[in-house]
Amino acid sequence: MTPAEIRDEILDILSEITPDEDLSGLVDEKSFREQLELDSMDFLDIVMELRKRHRVQIPEDEYGNLASMASTVAYLEPKMRDIVNA
Amino acid sequence: MSSVDRTSQMPDDQRVVITGIGLTSPNGHNLEMFRESLLAGQSGVRNYNIRYVGDTLAGVCEFEATKYQSRRDMRRGTRAGTVGIWAASEAVQRSGLDWANIDKSRVGIYIGVTEHGNVETENEIYNIKQFDYDTTYWSHHHNPRTVANNPAGEIALNMGITGPHYTIGAACAAGNAGIIQGVQMLRLQECDLAIAGGVSESIHTFGIFASFKSQGALASHADPTKASRPFDIDRNGIVVSEGACMYILERLSDAKKRSANIIAEVVSYAINTDATDFVLPNPERQSQCVNLALSRGGLTPDRIDIVSTHATGTSSGDSQECIALRNVFQGCESVRFNNTKSFIGHAMGAAGALELAGNLPAFQDRVCHATINVDNLDPECAIPGLVINQPQELPKVDYILNNSFGMLGINSVVIVRKF
Repeated sequence: MTPAEIRDEILDILSEITPDEDLSGLVDEKSFREQLELDSMDFLDIVMELRKRHRVQIPEDEYGNLASMASTVAYLEPKMRDIVNA
Repeated sequence: MSSVDRTSQMPDDQRVVITGIGLTSPNGHNLEMFRESLLAGQSGVRNYNIRYVGDTLAGVCEFEATKYQSRRDMRRGTRAGTVGIWAASEAVQRSGLDWANIDKSRVGIYIGVTEHGNVETENEIYNIKQFDYDTTYWSHHHNPRTVANNPAGEIALNMGITGPHYTIGAACAAGNAGIIQGVQMLRLQECDLAIAGGVSESIHTFGIFASFKSQGALASHADPTKASRPFDIDRNGIVVSEGACMYILERLSDAKKRSANIIAEVVSYAINTDATDFVLPNPERQSQCVNLALSRGGLTPDRIDIVSTHATGTSSGDSQECIALRNVFQGCESVRFNNTKSFIGHAMGAAGALELAGNLPAFQDRVCHATINVDNLDPECAIPGLVINQPQELPKVDYILNNSFGMLGINSVVIVRKF
């Protein structure tokens, strides 16, 4: 998956977790929490969805990398670059 | 000579009245629609499919859930929470309470449930099956969704209520049990306002269908609207339904103070136990429960105008309840009996609360809604006064008695009076 495809995938996951939010104006460099109503259970949902969809394992001490879209994509790129987008 | 209604002699701060009702039922998402369907003979049972069991029948609720709950919270919570939030919010809105200025720490939430957690547990097992039962795929939402207080807790979260909240597990007697708990807590001054009733999300667990089927107690019929047929000779079991019904209960003194519209007064109640079988009812204990409610309220059986029966459409349960009713109401010529499950199926934890609600408008219109789908009355269920297929106008309706019984032999009775 390319960084752009990873970004789309994260957006898709976020749209499931926060169905009431408008994600079109999401700023990649700003933290998710500044822009969306997300709590720790929601971040666990992101981790779980990545695991279910792509078997990507994110260790607990690395959850901090999921703070913003930019940091999430950068963190996931090496883990997901070999995944072929279905 | 008429018996003395004991509750009317109690001080106003010990008398408990109903000042709001919110509900969702398979044939109506508010009291007016529900009542209209009951008077028109409109069933809410339809074809339904659920994993593993396949095609079956169920009572399914339709209401605008997003009116009171975000889609995010709906996803995070349970169906029991969602139907409960709808009913509680509607009840508050219809009660005329100045909700914004109510002390939320003095509001108690008491919700009857038949079962809770099965839906989510089944979903998670189904989910991890796709991952070779690797439990690292088990949702972190499972515990908050399945704790037994979940439906009441979701209502508290949604409405910002900080008083006590919990559920009352009482099998199919739970709707009445929720109301009874609310009355007791108000009398004990544990709260100033009670949101009390029952919920059911049971149509979303295949286990309840499969278990009734294995027991030979799951209804089937080519026409879904004819499947739930208590007292009919051809009844063949239960139609499982979802739903919710919440009452705003207040002490009469408080209701008077705010000039509330008082719908009815809860004058008596009783809960007892068969202690004889896991599943089969015991008519002797059921009649003891009805008699206990009557005597506690200082009422003789002839004071009751409408008895809302529990009958679920099983071959043994219906006739056993009729034995109990004959025992208590023998010789009471004016009492009428009806049944709501014939319209909506068995709404489990919500059943008792819904069945009472659908009868309450009779205090105004004096009409006893019918029991539908009785094409051939079972002689064992032929109790005098059973209102069959067509509603019946009565000369007066002052007292309604609501039966609700459940597995493990729990029996509950609530009696309400016109106010």
